[in-house]
Amino acid sequence: MGNEKDHLEAIEGKEKFRYIGTSPIRPDGVDKVTGRANFGADFTANGMIHGRVVRSSHAHAKIKSINIEKALKMKGVKAIVTGQDFPKIDPSDKVVGEVVVSFYDMSQNVIARDKVFYDGHAVAAVAATSIKIAEEAAALIEIEYEVLPAVMTVIDAMKKNAPVLHKGMKTEGMDPVPKRSSNVASRAELKLGNAAEAFKDADVIVERDYTAQTVHQGYIEPHACVAEVSADGMATIWSSSQGQFMVRAFVAKLCAMNASKIKVIPSEIGGGFGGKTKVYLEPLALLLSRQSGRPVKMVMTREEVLRATGPTSGGHARAKIGAKKDGTLVAAELEMEYEAGAFAGSPVKLGCMTGFAPYNLKHVSCIGWDVVVNRPQAAAYRAPGAPVAAFAVESAMDELADTLGIDPLELRIKNAAVEGTQAPYGVKFPKIGCLETLRQAKATEHYNMPLGPNQGRGVASGFWFNIGGQSSASVMVNPDGTVIVATGSPDIGGSRASMALMAAEVLGIDYDNIKPLVADTESVPFSDLTGGSRVTFATGKAVVEAAEDAVNDMKRRAAKVWDVDIDQVEWKDGIATCIETDIHKPMTIAEIAAMAGKTGGAISGKANINAKGAGAAFATHICDVEVDPETGYVQVLRYTAVQDVGTAIHPAYVEGQMQGGAVQGIGWALNEEYVYSKDGQLQNTGFLDYRVPVASDMPMIDTVIVEVPNPGHPYGVRGVGEVPIVPPLGAVANAVSHAIGIRMADLPMSPPKILATIDAAD
Amino acid sequence: MANLDYSSPSSVKEVVKILTTAKGKAKVMAGGTDLLVQLRAGRLKASTIVDVKNISELRTIKKEKNGFTIGAAVSGAELGAHKAVNKAWPGVVEGLELIGSTQIQGRASLGGNLCNGSPAADGVPGMIAAGATCLIAGPKGTRTVPVEKIVVSPGRTSLKSGEFLVSFFLPNRPKKSGDAYLRFIPRTEMDIAVVGVGVSLTLDKKGMCTDARVSLGAVAPTALLVKNCANALIGTNIDEDALNALSEAASSACNPIDDKRGTIKYRTKVAGVLARRATVIALKRARKN
Repeated sequence: MGNEKDHLEAIEGKEKFRYIGTSPIRPDGVDKVTGRANFGADFTANGMIHGRVVRSSHAHAKIKSINIEKALKMKGVKAIVTGQDFPKIDPSDKVVGEVVVSFYDMSQNVIARDKVFYDGHAVAAVAATSIKIAEEAAALIEIEYEVLPAVMTVIDAMKKNAPVLHKGMKTEGMDPVPKRSSNVASRAELKLGNAAEAFKDADVIVERDYTAQTVHQGYIEPHACVAEVSADGMATIWSSSQGQFMVRAFVAKLCAMNASKIKVIPSEIGGGFGGKTKVYLEPLALLLSRQSGRPVKMVMTREEVLRATGPTSGGHARAKIGAKKDGTLVAAELEMEYEAGAFAGSPVKLGCMTGFAPYNLKHVSCIGWDVVVNRPQAAAYRAPGAPVAAFAVESAMDELADTLGIDPLELRIKNAAVEGTQAPYGVKFPKIGCLETLRQAKATEHYNMPLGPNQGRGVASGFWFNIGGQSSASVMVNPDGTVIVATGSPDIGGSRASMALMAAEVLGIDYDNIKPLVADTESVPFSDLTGGSRVTFATGKAVVEAAEDAVNDMKRRAAKVWDVDIDQVEWKDGIATCIETDIHKPMTIAEIAAMAGKTGGAISGKANINAKGAGAAFATHICDVEVDPETGYVQVLRYTAVQDVGTAIHPAYVEGQMQGGAVQGIGWALNEEYVYSKDGQLQNTGFLDYRVPVASDMPMIDTVIVEVPNPGHPYGVRGVGEVPIVPPLGAVANAVSHAIGIRMADLPMSPPKILATIDAAD
Repeated sequence: MANLDYSSPSSVKEVVKILTTAKGKAKVMAGGTDLLVQLRAGRLKASTIVDVKNISELRTIKKEKNGFTIGAAVSGAELGAHKAVNKAWPGVVEGLELIGSTQIQGRASLGGNLCNGSPAADGVPGMIAAGATCLIAGPKGTRTVPVEKIVVSPGRTSLKSGEFLVSFFLPNRPKKSGDAYLRFIPRTEMDIAVVGVGVSLTLDKKGMCTDARVSLGAVAPTALLVKNCANALIGTNIDEDALNALSEAASSACNPIDDKRGTIKYRTKVAGVLARRATVIALKRARKN
């Protein structure tokens, strides 16, 4: 795009933007605070009935038989589906990318076929005229199981004689491929230089094992949808997800339908954090609707959300770092085993790729094992795979700093990745802000404050790739000169505001005169889902280009009216001016819009792009804690998140992302974990015992926004949503370790665990 | 399909009548903050709900000659705003006030907290330590029972068919008395006690402890009244030795379980820690009074 250079020069020359960098209230704010906004469970259709899912309470079992007869006879029951009602999908049907999407596994995860693989696995679904009837009918469905031993941890799953979840699973990425079936789905390896050899040059080596537990994204809104299949086979789905096109593609695949027969209308979304990049209810609701001829609504309970959706992998990591006495890193190793849950596909490879990315290392070896266990299938969660890897690496860096007697930020500054550094995962970094976040962290008042007794300070850095991908935008100029900006990207973190601000900047009109909206699958061209911190970057780029397209259209209209060449029309502050002569009175966007009918019809702009050039994000966090030595209770006293965001389009929402990511990471570090019984039943199926932090647990999360513009975006945007969850696990662990004088390498650092650690050391 | 009957009587007599004549299982509801959640989750089945919130006797705090009568359905917010009860029994009030959020505080009651039968109920150890008694109404009239005799096992009470809890009685305090309640949770609020400790004590003019009651929550199937803890304090100036003895007595009285909220080892140790801390607070309050 020709304008890119100009834009960037504007950023670097610190030319003041008019709209970008301001923080107006979100366009959808009033609807949300007044309760008018429609979320997944808010939709109602004429003749609608209600669906409930029958779930397995066994972690691992063969389904011997399912008898639905009694339930079908119940008054009010309109449809019942089981795995047999879904089309068979071939095991080879998968999309291979950084993370493999297997439609065979996806289909089995949506509804079990011959085996159940986790507590909460869907086995059947019932639709009835009321939720109550549906629930009672669900209880009448008779399922006969042959219970199998549950495999709950990576350690147990990797044992030689462990029960095998999926017969025929042979570890991919091994040479030669093993002959025996196992629970290890794949092995990933990442190499730079020769780590084994380079460790010989190290003066100091730190090495330790780390563990982390399964955690859930903890979005407030449970999964919900309404599906309606009409008599002619056309389907409409209203649902809360991170991508209406994702829902359409997956449902089409799982229900063997043509995508053009499915329309997906996105609702507002009450949090996702990656967990709503999959389908759970939609295919069930669709089949129930097809069978009953009625719209079917399905809403999960919190218990279902925790048992059957979301979590991200717990697992084990061993990190080893070698350094010279002066702190120069010479070699590093990371070996990790991540729980995939019931089906292959943990983000262990992404963990391998990200762990050492903040550092300039010539010799790195990372090995990752993707291991299936009888837990729900892992879903994406903010920078998937990176937090646990960073926990191990950043703890090791801290231990190294302690061993060498070097300030932990100084150690990181000395070894920070900069422009031109060869990242262990393959790329040579373009312009990045890793070093800037470290320097700014060191300069904060927080980092230089004294600590009291039983208090400790920890720091940690983190990296996330961020992605681009396909985005579409339409900019439609209304007859009064106001503008509608339509995209296909669900607004999960305030992106409507960012879209409106970028459009305002290009169009030169007030933010309030722009209405950004998230369109359904039939009103805007295909877009990838909201994820990978890509929307403000990629969809933003599409909006900028679409707005420029609209500006060009309006310049053309003005040129036509004035009968001049389009080159003679300048666009500034929402006004077209003729450069050549001042005999033509400048025209405002409203004036041009009002006469659109006479100049060629409605005015609009569009852009459909596959955005390249996503800018990598780096963050450094500082955490102070106080540990009660008699109870093991951890109070977070102070917390500062420093992050390179490229350019903050809407600084308040950027801060919100930084704070939210930090708090989720703090929860992960301190109290969140899936607690299973011996037999694999989830014990903490609500927010009472699945302990995300409450507001009063947290101090103000201070933020320092660093702006090193991304050359790949017209306004310098980097993604901001994911990297803030990468450093907290390490930052909190390092703080707690310093407070108690013992290295904590096992998450979560819940009070019983800390007290046991203190007591064991006494 | 099972139906649920709901009634909202305005007198104690009516409640007893409904409870004795109801078909199936009848449950008494005050704030409903436990009951409704359990019904919804399917953990509890009931065919009749008797809402007692509209009976004035159950919603009133009354200063009597010899103490306070507190209606069983008085909410945490109401109790928290009552100056005289706060002054006399801050430990009882702080126990109830720890339950749930601000919204829940408008509904949750001492009576509900006790009759729900949870070993971890925050309102209960403070009342046991205070020596509070319950007025129970039933088909045979009324009877008075100490708080510690109500819950017999998790979720079960000693109330007989047709009986329900009308009010609590908290006695007047001698001078130099103080009480306190402390609980441990991994968060700052919105959580359930892993350990709870209620302490009430009285000092003489010289500062010697003449009377004490210590109650532990969440460390046994029911809240405990621990005599050995009281004995560790009575007759001492509550010095370091006494506190150590108290702490040990508290830990050895524990009979907890390992569960998602804490381990046996953890609960046992923290019971001793909190017993000491709660005693120090109660002592401070007693010295001021």
